[in-house]
Amino acid sequence: MPQVTTEQQPSPISRQPKVHNKSFLRRLMKQWDVQLMVLPGVILVFIFAYLPMYGVITGFMDYNLFTGSRIWDNPWVGFKHFEAFFAAPEFERILRNTIVISLLKFFIGFPAPILLALLLNEVRHMLFKRVIQTITYLPHFLSWVIVAGFTTALLSTENGSINILLESIGAIDEPINFLSLKEYFWTILISANVWKEIGFNSIVFLAAIASIDPALYEAADIDGASKTKQIYLITLPSIMPVVIIFMILAIGNLLNAGFEDILLLASNPVLRPVSDVIDTYVYRVGLGSHRYSYAVAIGLFKAIISVGLLTIANYLARRSGNSLW
Amino acid sequence: MLKRISFSDKVTLIVIYVFLSLLAFSALYPFWNAIAVSFNVGVDTAKGGITFWPREFTTENYNIILQDDRLLNGFFISVSRTIVGTATSIFMTALLAFGMTRSYLIGRKYYTLFFIFTLYFGGGLIPTYLLIRSLGLMDSFLVFIIPSLISVWNMIIFRTFFKGLPVGLEESANIDGCSNWGTFFRIILPLSGPVIATLALLTAVGHWNDWFLPSIYITNDNLLPIQTILRQTLNANIVSGSSSVLDSASTALLENARQITSKSLTMAMMIVVTLPIILVYPFVQKYFVKGVLVGSLKE
Repeated sequence: MPQVTTEQQPSPISRQPKVHNKSFLRRLMKQWDVQLMVLPGVILVFIFAYLPMYGVITGFMDYNLFTGSRIWDNPWVGFKHFEAFFAAPEFERILRNTIVISLLKFFIGFPAPILLALLLNEVRHMLFKRVIQTITYLPHFLSWVIVAGFTTALLSTENGSINILLESIGAIDEPINFLSLKEYFWTILISANVWKEIGFNSIVFLAAIASIDPALYEAADIDGASKTKQIYLITLPSIMPVVIIFMILAIGNLLNAGFEDILLLASNPVLRPVSDVIDTYVYRVGLGSHRYSYAVAIGLFKAIISVGLLTIANYLARRSGNSLW
Repeated sequence: MLKRISFSDKVTLIVIYVFLSLLAFSALYPFWNAIAVSFNVGVDTAKGGITFWPREFTTENYNIILQDDRLLNGFFISVSRTIVGTATSIFMTALLAFGMTRSYLIGRKYYTLFFIFTLYFGGGLIPTYLLIRSLGLMDSFLVFIIPSLISVWNMIIFRTFFKGLPVGLEESANIDGCSNWGTFFRIILPLSGPVIATLALLTAVGHWNDWFLPSIYITNDNLLPIQTILRQTLNANIVSGSSSVLDSASTALLENARQITSKSLTMAMMIVVTLPIILVYPFVQKYFVKGVLVGSLKE
């Protein structure tokens, strides 16, 4: 154990006012132990978060892995790769898929946990409530590999429970191969997402509901308000601030249509016209076809729009009194 | 408590209970079905129709999986990665967070900006890939550990928690001659049980569940964790209709390998991969609810 606090040094009590009459360097030397605690973190974040940001400039070059190990040796090409992306035949469908899938996730995936929290709050039977919570949290802890595996198993033609169920109630005559048909993909993707995250995401909203003053409900009871009315007139307005904060965070995240889930659920190339989003496209052309600069440019295009969305989100947040930064 | 419940409220409640039960059923059924299929004889599974119970019970699928060298090695890689990765990441992140709580730390404002910025902007997949490559981390166990040593989110949560600890404890430790490192190890860490448990759980789950990172950075089969192997198996199933990975791996082990169809085997494999999480989950559930709230409070 390094013993660094010496007698002549004033004890470094955390909320002590700064001593200003010493030179900067001397103060720095005095606190070398704390600087040493922070230094590894700074170095690691610099390497693994900031160096890739620097690598973004390869989007304006013709980067070649084999000739140019040093970035500056590669030729500049300006906006060539951006233009190539906008002109690519896939451009339109990728942009459409990214936006549609993001919006579906926002309008279905976002309210679903709130609804669950509202319903769970009405349950007075504590054991029942706890069991439901435990079960619905569980899928959050599974990998997308497992969730995609479950989804494929449930939807398969020869053994899938969904097909068995649909056949037994007479809704279909023969099994449908859901995961190879374009018209079902978005439904499957969103359902799997809701299945995985609904319970876990409801935790915050349940906590918000728990902090509502019970007197409000008692008063409403005396006035003869029904359960549904109480949800509508007391619970929902009370948790609105939390809902708004999370909604704003979700707006900043709007272009993240998903990556792992789409990559794993759309392993059948037939689905590409409806499943290709910016992130999966970057992965495919970048690491699959080794068109590094092209992929970097597309990634940068997305990052710039995302930062724009985030700025809008923060503006909204400030207007609602909950600034993000 | 005497409270008269109106008829319409009763109906509302019944609808809620039924709906929640259905939801819980749908959350649980995929596991149940996978377990039933995994305990069913493979040939019989191919005929279809397994829902709640195995039709021809067998433990053969599990025997095969638990004897497969490739899978066992993947399991070992996953376990080592999860333990080493979680321990080092939690320690490094907590140390950083503690340093960041010292108000006299020179440059603290700049450090904070430096870290927070990375939450909003990153270089993206390809530059990160090229960086890892040029650092020589490809095909190395270290690629699982080093890039994820610091989590800025966890740092913020740790910092919030440390700030909530009573100041008096640190003051008296300082008066008794405890250094900053001593305070960190002897006072702060022992008091941080709940937050360490929460963040360690979430970090461990992240390590255990990750299949993507090894799928792009690892080409040496001996270093592949179990999730990536599982992914390859499932993918082979979908694309070719037969599990070439599993078939080739288990042929040597089994005289009549062809009798076992891939479906029951892959289900058994999925259960084995999920099992560690299901076993740990009940013990840490009470912590993570608190932990998630600590994390979201300061957003």
